[in-house]
Amino acid sequence: MSGENGKNGKNGRNLDTVEHAARTPDTEQPWAELGLKRDEYDRVREILGRRPTGAELAMYSVMWSEHCSYKSSKVHLKQFGDKAPHSDALLVGIGEQAGVVDVGQGYAVTFKVESHNHPSYVEPYQGAATGIGGIVRDIIAMGARPVAVMDPLRFGAADHPDTKRVLPGVVAGIGGYGNCLGLPNIGGEVVFDSCYQGNPLVNALCVGVMKHEDIHLAKAAGTGNKVILYGARTGGDGIGGASILASETFDSEKPSKRPAVQVGDPFQEKLLIECTLEAFHAGLVTGIQDLGAAGLSCATSELASNGSGGMRVELDDVPLRDSSLSPEEILMSESQERMCAVVEPGKVADFLAICEKWEVTATVIGEVTDGERLEIYWHGERVVDVDPRTVAHEGPVYERPYARPGWQDALQADDPARLPRPADGKELRAAVLALLSSPNQAAKSWITDQYDRYVLGDTVLAPPEDGGMIRIDAETGLGVALATDGNGRYAKLDPYEGARLALAEAYRNVAATGARPLAVTDCLNFGSPEDPAAMWQFAEACRGLADACHQLGTPVTGGNVSLYNQTGEAAVHPTPVVGVLGVIDDVARRTPMAFRDEGQLIYLLGDTAEEFGGSAWSQVAHGHLGGTPPRVDLERERLLGEILIAASRDGMADAAHDISDGGLVQALAESCLRGGKGARIVVPDGADPFVFLFSESQGRALVAIPRSEEVRFTDMCAARGMPAARIGVVDGGSLDVQGQFALPLSELRAAHESTIPELFG
Amino acid sequence: MTTRIGVVTFPGSLDDRDARRAVALAGGEPVALWHRDRDLHQVDAVVLPGGFSYGDYLRCGAIARFSPVMESVIGQARAGMPVLGICNGFQVLCESHLLPGALTRNDHLHFVCRDQRLRVENAATPWTRDYAAGEEITVPLKNGEGGYIADERTLDELESEGRVVFRYLGVNPNGSHRDIAGITNEAGNVVGLMPHPEHAVEPLTGPTTDGLGFFTSVLENYLVSNA
Repeated sequence: MSGENGKNGKNGRNLDTVEHAARTPDTEQPWAELGLKRDEYDRVREILGRRPTGAELAMYSVMWSEHCSYKSSKVHLKQFGDKAPHSDALLVGIGEQAGVVDVGQGYAVTFKVESHNHPSYVEPYQGAATGIGGIVRDIIAMGARPVAVMDPLRFGAADHPDTKRVLPGVVAGIGGYGNCLGLPNIGGEVVFDSCYQGNPLVNALCVGVMKHEDIHLAKAAGTGNKVILYGARTGGDGIGGASILASETFDSEKPSKRPAVQVGDPFQEKLLIECTLEAFHAGLVTGIQDLGAAGLSCATSELASNGSGGMRVELDDVPLRDSSLSPEEILMSESQERMCAVVEPGKVADFLAICEKWEVTATVIGEVTDGERLEIYWHGERVVDVDPRTVAHEGPVYERPYARPGWQDALQADDPARLPRPADGKELRAAVLALLSSPNQAAKSWITDQYDRYVLGDTVLAPPEDGGMIRIDAETGLGVALATDGNGRYAKLDPYEGARLALAEAYRNVAATGARPLAVTDCLNFGSPEDPAAMWQFAEACRGLADACHQLGTPVTGGNVSLYNQTGEAAVHPTPVVGVLGVIDDVARRTPMAFRDEGQLIYLLGDTAEEFGGSAWSQVAHGHLGGTPPRVDLERERLLGEILIAASRDGMADAAHDISDGGLVQALAESCLRGGKGARIVVPDGADPFVFLFSESQGRALVAIPRSEEVRFTDMCAARGMPAARIGVVDGGSLDVQGQFALPLSELRAAHESTIPELFG
Repeated sequence: MTTRIGVVTFPGSLDDRDARRAVALAGGEPVALWHRDRDLHQVDAVVLPGGFSYGDYLRCGAIARFSPVMESVIGQARAGMPVLGICNGFQVLCESHLLPGALTRNDHLHFVCRDQRLRVENAATPWTRDYAAGEEITVPLKNGEGGYIADERTLDELESEGRVVFRYLGVNPNGSHRDIAGITNEAGNVVGLMPHPEHAVEPLTGPTTDGLGFFTSVLENYLVSNA
């Protein structure tokens, strides 16, 4: 913060009140340091009819930041609503803190994925920890009990020294916060690529469950209702996190941004969960909002804006950790583990009693008024007087210029067909070991074993399974499954297709567990919107995802955009991370991925073509990225999903595993290792063994069928037009591709499981 | 009349709900006990569940030990009531001096969650009588500070008196002395262990159902002692 701003009102002297601002139109203000552009500052002046006070400037600057206002992405995100497929399951759509989906039996599920990318690079442990904290509060603000988290992660090259700083910190932060909060971590991804070196992606997903009647929306309605701030005290941490950190590119010339990262207290958050849900169930809450990015600025302006608009807040009543904070700093602080509730006057005592029971600090800081202004007072003087809609919902909207980058054609023309391939069984064997031991394709248990997957006692599937699955009703067995995916290499080759591929894979992963995909959340991680090439990638990915969601009938219910993942000219691969939520009527019917019993028949579902653009093999064997990504046929994905769900429901499949990066051989190895059983595989007549094993053609899955179900299963596939080829049998202690090579499971396991511990252990 | 098994909830307890479910699945009546309440509500036995009581920011279990409910639990434990401490509960029992030794940061410095093989060394406690001595079981383990330590004399004493109740098999996941996973007090009614039997009570959600025996054992104990 500049000295200019700090001077204002720190000790109550020189307080920049509304009246003072009106009298001193020519006072210089630090709008640029707070991340506003000249025309944005001018617009604030126009809205107010005077210059903003220091406190108002603080509010506008954080709320109009890219991170909070979506000013560059809004015009593209609109498609998710415009093209949304009709879905009876959608109870609350985009725009609320998280979407809500009907999963039957009176239950609703809310889920959302968000980014905490920039803070996690600056301070990996706290950045990742508070990423979990933030998304969990979004879920409890909807009235839902959080039941699981997931973490899609992208890091720089696995052998780069800085990755050794970032990854262990991020993993410990996720574990430290999530484990202490008591939420099972049931999935996610870990991907390495040098494009993420200076901009790791740390996304966090949370899913929560409630009964239909418990859905709560964030609004402040009802004159006289009290505004209660509860949870942690407000400190100086995270000031400007949204505007300064998340909405600019990193620049090595500028000083460290560490003070802009928040510090998490998972114990306080656990109390906040219990206290909030107890207050909800007692019917004490009219409106509620979590304090995340932009802190009190966001909570007060959004609550007021969603209600009638009028609210009066006494900033002196905010409990502080640091009594020297100025009103601007209090409004901008992103101290964690805080929530804001709107409560009818007659229920305030009961609300405060619940907070006291959980030893959570709670303070009435204001009330809903009958006007349309948000007024904030400090030491009895008015320091904010704004129409809250102009702060929260009517920020600037940009139609950023975008253009297909000049290098895109050359990239797509660089066909991987030219790359030398393994020529015989011996070379194939070596290629399999090289693939399975490469950091991206290696087992991630060293990471996922640092997360508690058992707590709450309802985890049915967790990593390395295709999707995480949680039971939500112990009586009926009703459950939900979730998977996240997003292949940045594919998206770099073609962002439109890359987004469709991300949805296709997450959808397939959910279906492989036996659950029916219902809805989507997304975290769109891209470079600078001020770079036309990155903006083109973003526009294309939005278009692709919206089209694909429309076609598969899975609406986007909410999510998050993270731009400015760029250091200098170097942007990350366009990385649309897509989370798919599915429902399963009885979790006892879930399909795991392991080959467990000798004699199970192994079927390959779908068609295999020669598709190596963006493949894991091209990266591992040749460090190559070029060509076009695999073709997506969403109608085929839907059919495959139906087959997998029917196989689960009718007990036809013992195991199923999605085929994606690394191809068939990756899936085979994983299913063998998971169950500790080998497989004898026959390359179909006329097929090229290399293409058969390594191609990344989409719309495919591996299933293990008991002999007793073979006819029923193949009849079903034939009747519905799903290609199903019997390629082998579960047998022995090796992955044996007949006529090519045999790999003992012990050798496979050593190759697959030692890489990550050796790099980071 | 069913046997009432109390499960304490401290602020920051996480596996309290799971422990209550395990009690119910075993046929007992779970009773939720609140940390600020001295009243144990006529329970027959008490489980101190896993979690991070009071955030565990000082030393794990160090604050929980002083809670009102623990005053009653400590008194009842000394009078012979069966008490089981799981993970954080084990840490609380050590901090309360109901059990000797202490739990320290895992030797590899990471939190670890894994399916852990154990050997039941002592099948005579009220929490283990449904197992056979020497029986091998697999239950989840998940902790960051699970390394059991004690001085050599205490360890020798525990060994010679048969008070090592569980030992890690295969992998020692946290650097515990002599692979000790769980111990009991001199009277044999207080048992603490780091692994989580309450997470191994249903085939769908646990690696096994090997943990159910803890909760059936204590019910049987009650029937026997009241016969």
